[in-house]
Amino acid sequence: MSRIKQDHSRFRQIVRGRIRRNLKQYISRGELIGKQGKDRVSIPLPQIELPRFKFNAQDGGGVGQGNGEEGDGLGKGQEEPGKGEAGEGEGEKALEVDVTLDELAQILGEELQLPRIEPRGQKEVVTERDRYTGIRPVGPDSLRHFKRTYKQALKRSIAMGHYDPKNPVILPTKEDMRYRSWSTVKSPQSNAVVIYMMDVSGSMGDEQKEIVRIESFWINAWLKSQYEGIVTRYIVHDATAREVDEHTFFHTRESGGTMISSAYKLAARIIDDDYPSSDWNIYPFHFSDGDNWSVDDTRSCIRILNEGLVPVSNQFSYGQVESPYGSGQFIKDLRENFAVGASDCNVVCSEIKDKEAIVNSIKEFLGAGR
Amino acid sequence: MIQYLKVRPLSDELEGWRVKIEAIAAECGLDFFETVFEVVSYDRMNGIAAYGGFPTRYPHWRFGMSYERMSKSYAYGLSKIYELVINTDPCTAYLLEGNETVDQKLVMAHVFGHCDFFKNNFFFSRTNRKMLDTMANHATRVRRYQDLYGYNAVEEFIDVCLSLENLIDIHAPFIKRTPDRSSERRKEDLPDELIGDHEAVPRLKAKDYMDDFVNPEAFLTAQRKKQQDEIEKQKRYPESPQRDVLLFLMENAPLTSWQRNVVGIVRDEAYYFAPQAMTKIMNEGWASFWHTRIMTTKGVLEGGEVIDYADHHSGTTVMHRGSINPYKIGLELFRHIEDRWNKGRFGKAYDECDDMAERANWDLRTGKGMEKVFEVRRHHNDLTFLDEFLTPEFCAEQKLFTFEHNPKANEWQIASRQFDEIKQKLLFQLTNMGQPIIEVEDANFENRAELLLSHRHEGVDLDAPYAHATLRNLFRLWKRPCHIATHKGEKRVLISFDGQKIAERNFGKAA
Repeated sequence: MSRIKQDHSRFRQIVRGRIRRNLKQYISRGELIGKQGKDRVSIPLPQIELPRFKFNAQDGGGVGQGNGEEGDGLGKGQEEPGKGEAGEGEGEKALEVDVTLDELAQILGEELQLPRIEPRGQKEVVTERDRYTGIRPVGPDSLRHFKRTYKQALKRSIAMGHYDPKNPVILPTKEDMRYRSWSTVKSPQSNAVVIYMMDVSGSMGDEQKEIVRIESFWINAWLKSQYEGIVTRYIVHDATAREVDEHTFFHTRESGGTMISSAYKLAARIIDDDYPSSDWNIYPFHFSDGDNWSVDDTRSCIRILNEGLVPVSNQFSYGQVESPYGSGQFIKDLRENFAVGASDCNVVCSEIKDKEAIVNSIKEFLGAGR
Repeated sequence: MIQYLKVRPLSDELEGWRVKIEAIAAECGLDFFETVFEVVSYDRMNGIAAYGGFPTRYPHWRFGMSYERMSKSYAYGLSKIYELVINTDPCTAYLLEGNETVDQKLVMAHVFGHCDFFKNNFFFSRTNRKMLDTMANHATRVRRYQDLYGYNAVEEFIDVCLSLENLIDIHAPFIKRTPDRSSERRKEDLPDELIGDHEAVPRLKAKDYMDDFVNPEAFLTAQRKKQQDEIEKQKRYPESPQRDVLLFLMENAPLTSWQRNVVGIVRDEAYYFAPQAMTKIMNEGWASFWHTRIMTTKGVLEGGEVIDYADHHSGTTVMHRGSINPYKIGLELFRHIEDRWNKGRFGKAYDECDDMAERANWDLRTGKGMEKVFEVRRHHNDLTFLDEFLTPEFCAEQKLFTFEHNPKANEWQIASRQFDEIKQKLLFQLTNMGQPIIEVEDANFENRAELLLSHRHEGVDLDAPYAHATLRNLFRLWKRPCHIATHKGEKRVLISFDGQKIAERNFGKAA
């Protein structure tokens, strides 16, 4: 490895450490979500510069070149004015480093001490791949291993005393032939589907939705790092439920009543239709402010959960966001009906008061390693 | 490491151009060390540039950081390093693989300008021309320390040193600041009667009856005070403020020998790079002055290449509104000087002429332009270069202005197009390489072995968060509370770090 690669990987290691140290901040401020690319996130890291005594840039000003009257602004979009930094051409801009979502998930896992998820045993999809692993004396010509064959022939001819260094002709016989051989490797391929459900009735405000958005970003990042393929589906509901795309999910605003059972019904149907639980790891997440239309509806919710959703899911997660209008009753109902918190119960509930509470809530959801 | 020393020979075509351009450069009067060119891939170019041109440098993450930055900005197409030239003997220059021939020719011509400057400019006269080897030795030492004392311990210590890297005395290589003590006649060695009475106030020699007039009470008081100050001063350490903070720490901070060595390494390298920072405008200006001349007037540029050449040349000399482009200003100022000395636009008669028309048409056909620019490249640095040769005509022609931050509008605005203000601001930016001037004032501050630095405030405050973090680092070297006296607007303040927390208080006493 060349020297610069060593220094570079040392730098990446330091970056990782910084991100890890500030992770809680990044999570609760939600600033990373806007900076998300296809499979990487760029993270601003101002404090990685080496400090030194230097002038306050806002105080100084400087000299520039170009047209304009006194009092004209230099205009946005121009590069930040700064004094020519002495020496080796290092500018002094806040550093943005790119990390892959995978790396970020790892950091999240380390910092929150999340256990790796063990895909449910009987539900693994197994794929088979052939790999060349050895050598054998028989096989098709297309797999002939030239070097090994030659070596074998050379060994034999030396042993037999036929080899003449002045005329080093080697003639391999049938016994000298060597062929590549393969073995079939079975590797488990596990897929997961995450179904996000959110209450979009009038009582869920922008702040509540922001919390859900941040939380789902991190949950996705983690689950993605745990499974080879991950599919996300989004359901919004008020008194009725419908499936939407990601953008609509976070930007819809409805008014009117809340019937949670409508969403659960839809989720159960989606699972039934598309994700047989023998092939899929299933993660329904439901976020609401805890208000439900009626006791009857709550009862039917529990029924759907018991019959349809909970048995097929790896874990059913319910996050209750605090809102000024919600009664916060639903979480109590769930706790009454399920042994939430018991090790054999795969229903997890979490109350999320504000953005600061997101970190803990992520830990509650993902801490069981299901 | 062998891979860095292996020089890939230039292709026949480039080698042909190298020979030709070198001959033209020499013919033009440029005088350079032997120059070795190497073509490298962009990735290696970024790697070498990240090390400041020295791939043999000691291991440290900040080089990895610059590498990441450069690679990213190359990948996004924001910037590309065309050329890299190292001040050593022989000079080493890197060309970017895959560039057009016309670019490579331009770069070679440019490089010979730099090499001439390195060899002949006064401020480079004390630089170590075997720096490649020295850097490699530094790296070996650092690696050995890492093996002996642990990677993290050494790295953290280097971090600390690097954050004080700019606290050197850029003029030190040329001035003997501390007199040679051994040859000085020490007071103790003098005969008693010559040492005199410490209590006696020095007076001017006068006859008795004149004494009251020659040595009036006011004068004696002043003398007494002076004497007292002198005694006070001798009690202080250092006796007078010391600009080379790194040297002071190396000699006086409670460090182990490897730590002392690391401070020395960082300091040596800072001194090596200082002349480049002091002559950025001149150096780039000089190289551009020559690449334009060699390319366009000596038959190097071929017909079909003119557009590409013009495009790339204008790219390097583009005007920036937010800062000055050293290539542009340097090039134009050298041309301006050449023109002035060709036309005799200097001296008393020209300076005193205030007829604008006459000045504009002034041409004595002195033809001393070329001679003058060579003289200028020998004796000046950026500061003296602009101080001496910046003219109101030049400022207007180059559309220079000063800008300031307007907090109300929260934007940067053009403040002035007045010559005096532009010049003042430019000179301020170039003084001490644009770094605040900071000295060791007292190493026994408050009589408690605390370290007092003082910032010579010239109108611009220190960046407070950076200053705090730097003080923390300083504490790790000095191991006793550290202070820096500076200004906050009008107030004189003392910022302190006592090992626990940062404190700030008014500091009325004048330094």
